[in-house]
Amino acid sequence: MNQTVKPEDLKAQALKPQDLQPVDDYGPLYAAHKKVYPQSVTGTFRRIKWGLMGVCLGVYYFLPFVRWNRGLGAPDQAVLIDFPNHRFYFFFIELWPQEVYYFTGLLIIAAIALFLMNAIGGRIWCGYLCPQTVWTDLFYAVERLIEGDRRERMKKAASDDPMKLQRISELVLKHSIWLLIAWWTGGAWVLYFSDAPTLVKELVTFQGPPLAYIWIAILTATTYTLAGFMREQVCVYMCPWPRIQAALTDEWALNVTYRYDRGENRMSVKKAAELRALGQPAGDCIDCKQCVAVCPTGIDIRDGAQMDCIQCGLCIDACDTVMTKIGRPTRLIGYDNDINIHRRQEGKPPIYKLVRARTVAYAAIIAVVGGAMVYKLATRSLLDVNVLHDRNPIAIKLSDGSIRNAYTMRVLNKHGFDRVIAIDIEGPVNSTVHVVGADSVTPDRPMIVIGRDQTEELRLLVTAPEENNPEKSIPVKFHITDIGLGVVASATDNFVSP
Amino acid sequence: MADHTEVDSVSGTATTGHAWDGIKELNTPLPRWWVITFYITIVWAIGYWIVYPAWPTISSNTAGLFGYSSRADVAVELANLEKIRGAKMAALATASLADIEKDPAMLALARAKGKTVFGDNCAACHGTGAAGAKGFPNLNDDDWLWGGSLEQIQQTLLYGVRSGHPKTREGQMLAFGKDGILKPAEIVNVANYVRELAGLPTRQGYDAKAGAKIFAENCVACHGDNAKGNPEVGAPNLTDKIWLYGSDEATLIETITNGRGGVMPAWEGRLDPTTIKAMAVYVHSLGGGK
Repeated sequence: MNQTVKPEDLKAQALKPQDLQPVDDYGPLYAAHKKVYPQSVTGTFRRIKWGLMGVCLGVYYFLPFVRWNRGLGAPDQAVLIDFPNHRFYFFFIELWPQEVYYFTGLLIIAAIALFLMNAIGGRIWCGYLCPQTVWTDLFYAVERLIEGDRRERMKKAASDDPMKLQRISELVLKHSIWLLIAWWTGGAWVLYFSDAPTLVKELVTFQGPPLAYIWIAILTATTYTLAGFMREQVCVYMCPWPRIQAALTDEWALNVTYRYDRGENRMSVKKAAELRALGQPAGDCIDCKQCVAVCPTGIDIRDGAQMDCIQCGLCIDACDTVMTKIGRPTRLIGYDNDINIHRRQEGKPPIYKLVRARTVAYAAIIAVVGGAMVYKLATRSLLDVNVLHDRNPIAIKLSDGSIRNAYTMRVLNKHGFDRVIAIDIEGPVNSTVHVVGADSVTPDRPMIVIGRDQTEELRLLVTAPEENNPEKSIPVKFHITDIGLGVVASATDNFVSP
Repeated sequence: MADHTEVDSVSGTATTGHAWDGIKELNTPLPRWWVITFYITIVWAIGYWIVYPAWPTISSNTAGLFGYSSRADVAVELANLEKIRGAKMAALATASLADIEKDPAMLALARAKGKTVFGDNCAACHGTGAAGAKGFPNLNDDDWLWGGSLEQIQQTLLYGVRSGHPKTREGQMLAFGKDGILKPAEIVNVANYVRELAGLPTRQGYDAKAGAKIFAENCVACHGDNAKGNPEVGAPNLTDKIWLYGSDEATLIETITNGRGGVMPAWEGRLDPTTIKAMAVYVHSLGGGK
């Protein structure tokens, strides 16, 4: 269509009075939140999600109550982070702060496992296991139970008369249940840091430590806010993983994908049937928008892979239901990648490559770190010793001309009972060892009692005649022998002349 | 909105109108909650100015609504610490020195406290590791001018050496040369005699007999017949390997000529008795204590 623009029209346009008002050139400062109303859905992935939600929440809420007998005087809670006494208990494992490398190992495994999941099936973590997803899913379930499904919720939200008694009672009920879940979440958290049954008793009788109440309040608030209100905003705007994930993925990784080779062109069931009857190609997508309706982040998977997609698989269930109804093959949306879409377009069979350089590398790293941790744990000694040479002064000359070096020895007794240890040294010729405070009992071979589950710091004095030890520095070995069990632990240092 | 707003055809998002090398900047607005949170942080910051001390005034600063001060916080925390330590310190105060050293927990406490106090008060002369220096004894070795038992160390700490305290340890190395008691030649002789006692090489042709005679007449009163010293008067053992000022001939001549008299201050009155006890245990545990 051709339009002739007259100069006077332009002039009139340019001088409209509203143009003289200051205007914001950049549009609105913020985008208003588009609330998502995910529709309920049934299917394979929904069932997997319910199952995983049950397992995750079950473990989280009830693990602190599991008991594990460690003998008299030791805590009997299976999983306990005991900050005041610097211990971490996990069933048969008891870790000391010195053994923090186990946590380093766990963190490495956790990170690589995340990468491995990503290389195999995309954002498995985001879609099924992330606490944000699990709790949001739970909160949506509560919302759906009380306010009804997508349509009803949208209608109620848009209604001009929200102050009806029924509406108010619905809202009160929903938020009460949310707060209850949130409160229980915070409550379960603090139980990991103290004896659970005792703390529960203290908490309900209002005799718990203030710190416990503060943490419950904090976690109640965050759970209620993040799962009840922030929801997909956390994934889209706050979480770094979608950004990192996009950089870590490759063309073989399976992601929740709309198979546009099959789906396009979108058309009604009737029209597609007519075209197929004529032997012409027709897309399977009927544009029913069920995939959009069920999406917890409110996106359209048919736009392709996108950062906002947490890959929970619910659109697969929604689409499968529709495809079954219209008598077309399922998995128009499924775990797939662009390579296979192109292959199908070219008439080739799809190929799935699980074994690739990166999946093998990730699995190898997990195996190596995990193996090292298991080995370290299996060979972990319950008696340990560290020795630190005095730095100032390094060596002392005594009045008879012999040389004395002082050391700080730390003995760790990880047993659940007291141990008697004897200290021997090996290295300087004719040397004697003396422990400050323990001389009168056993002068030539010091013996010390180390309390159960404790470390003991000892001051050691090693003396040797100068004439027998002419070298400036002689390696010296410290052996501590558990008298009862015969177990020996050793440490090395040097014996230095002034 | 101005007319120039251009919409990116791929994303459907407006551009800011800025372009670099043909790449246009999309104007993706933040979510509303983000912007609101940003404003809340500004309000929060202003709240800080009001609630906490924030603005400098000419001589002081604004006090804040509740008069908060981090220094007061420290005072409270120190008081709490004292409360926690109270029982342990009380045990330290009543226990005997030997018992403290026998009990691993009390020994650790005394050593920790002693080490800190030593660093503050003693390290200036004795060094941070108590290794001493010329004229300032090494406290790690087993040579003690005034005795190295726990009690003797405690007494030295309490009253000092030549400190002016009524109960001070007293003893004087006389200035034999300066005061004209011995002639220079006699001093050379006795200095070499002392080196012989210690097993050190002597000057060729010195008169050992004369040296022995001078020693017997002038030195044995304090240093003893066998020159092993006397901790009652702080006279050092002259036969061992440890020399406070040095064992070469020139230093010995200087010592005999001018005398020696190092001073250690008395700590009674400056430090409380429990602290001095802890220090005695610490010094004793350094390794040299007898």
